[in-house]
Amino acid sequence: MEFSVNHPILFLLVGVIITAVLAQSAYFLVKSVKRARVLGMDMTKIRKTIVTAAIFTVAPAVSIVIAVISLSQSLGIALPWLRLSVVGSLSYEAIAAANAASGMGMKLSDLVGNMTASAYVTIMIVMTVSIMVGIWLVPLLAKKIQSGLVSFEKKDKKWSDTLQNALFIGMISAFVGYVFCDLSRLWLAQDGVYVNGDGEVFSATSGLIPVLVMVVAAVIMALCGLMMKLFKWKWLNDYALPISMVLGMLSAIPLTALLGG
Amino acid sequence: MAKMKTNNEYSYMDSVHRDGRIWNLSMMVLLMAFPVVVGLIFSAMPDWAAVGKGLLATAPMYWAVGVIETITYIPMLGAGGSYLSFVTGNISNLKLPCALNALENAEVKAQSEEGEIISTIAIAVSSIVTTLIIIIGVILIVPLTPILSSETLKPAFDQMLPALFGGLGVVFVSKNVKLAIAPVLLMLILFIFVPALNAGTVGIMVPVGVVFTIVYARIIYKRGWL
Repeated sequence: MEFSVNHPILFLLVGVIITAVLAQSAYFLVKSVKRARVLGMDMTKIRKTIVTAAIFTVAPAVSIVIAVISLSQSLGIALPWLRLSVVGSLSYEAIAAANAASGMGMKLSDLVGNMTASAYVTIMIVMTVSIMVGIWLVPLLAKKIQSGLVSFEKKDKKWSDTLQNALFIGMISAFVGYVFCDLSRLWLAQDGVYVNGDGEVFSATSGLIPVLVMVVAAVIMALCGLMMKLFKWKWLNDYALPISMVLGMLSAIPLTALLGG
Repeated sequence: MAKMKTNNEYSYMDSVHRDGRIWNLSMMVLLMAFPVVVGLIFSAMPDWAAVGKGLLATAPMYWAVGVIETITYIPMLGAGGSYLSFVTGNISNLKLPCALNALENAEVKAQSEEGEIISTIAIAVSSIVTTLIIIIGVILIVPLTPILSSETLKPAFDQMLPALFGGLGVVFVSKNVKLAIAPVLLMLILFIFVPALNAGTVGIMVPVGVVFTIVYARIIYKRGWL
């Protein structure tokens, strides 16, 4: 059979795996909702959780579609569809595919229009094996870690709550720091132009864009909180994060035009 | 009665772990089978030397990061959420913020059984919606490509993470100012002044931030500053 990166059989095989992913998600969703009923949890709260999670997911999911489009130029559509629906992320997949191509003595761009079945299988194996850790490690560790946390809670509830907050804050602080990672372009640029190690050119003020986007999103989130208190708009609580995220993202368009990319 | 409830709780959590293990190991087999089946259908053998070189260049770093990420994220995602998230991916930029937001809105603690249920529901819904949107994107890839890849929209999608963590950060930091001040300052200093820290390395810095915050939290907790 003649190989092509967009061969219908590849879509069929990927479709089977994606169906399994959907089935796993649906299984845990139904199991949790059933358990919520058994525990007598407020079902309005459960419905709100479902709606909010769905709305919140739209913008990040669209950015994943963009990553599929970006990778599809060299790998066809089927493989990026699979890799970005299961485990992967654009940065990882691009690096793994480039390393596999490099192992064959080529660049990923060399394979556009020239991809053989052997090269495709080689790339697939490297991409899949390198990212598999979490899938098999969670079954080994999840129960032990969760049991440890439960025993922590029994020993010292206040410390257990603090520990949980510390985990979340630790994660958030790393991303807040990341937002500022290009700020140094302000003082490293020469004549208003910053050139990075890969020879890419940026304006000196481009590092301010993510910082200002974050500030816009934070201010909108704070305003939502204020409106909830002032006007008793409790419903806004469920939409505040998606609203702040989308408006923050949209603010990047004029900010980039103003500060340069 | 209280004893019976405890037993029920344990049996539910046990069933989550049992089902999660079955699902994840099955998914692992299915994913590994994909290149094998493609090779068989198209009568193609992989270039084993290239596989070796590619794995040597990719796997050690991603396996090390993967182990640290797994240990870091499991306590935040809950049991059901962990099994699902480590299959569907996009944890720090989608599944975890989604679960955090759901826990915050539902006003439940992550370690309670209600928290376990809420975070699993949020992550399951997020996984389903993501998968469906990607399917729609794949079906409509030809008409969507010029729109989604347009220069006008590009800055917006480039700045998704700052927008997400602006909203999420203001909620969590404002509620935990004493706890947040040192880790946020540390990360700001590191990311601003260490050139090697950028979008590609933020995943590695999450466990660093988490470990630092736990140690810092323990110190100020012991001193009664919280």
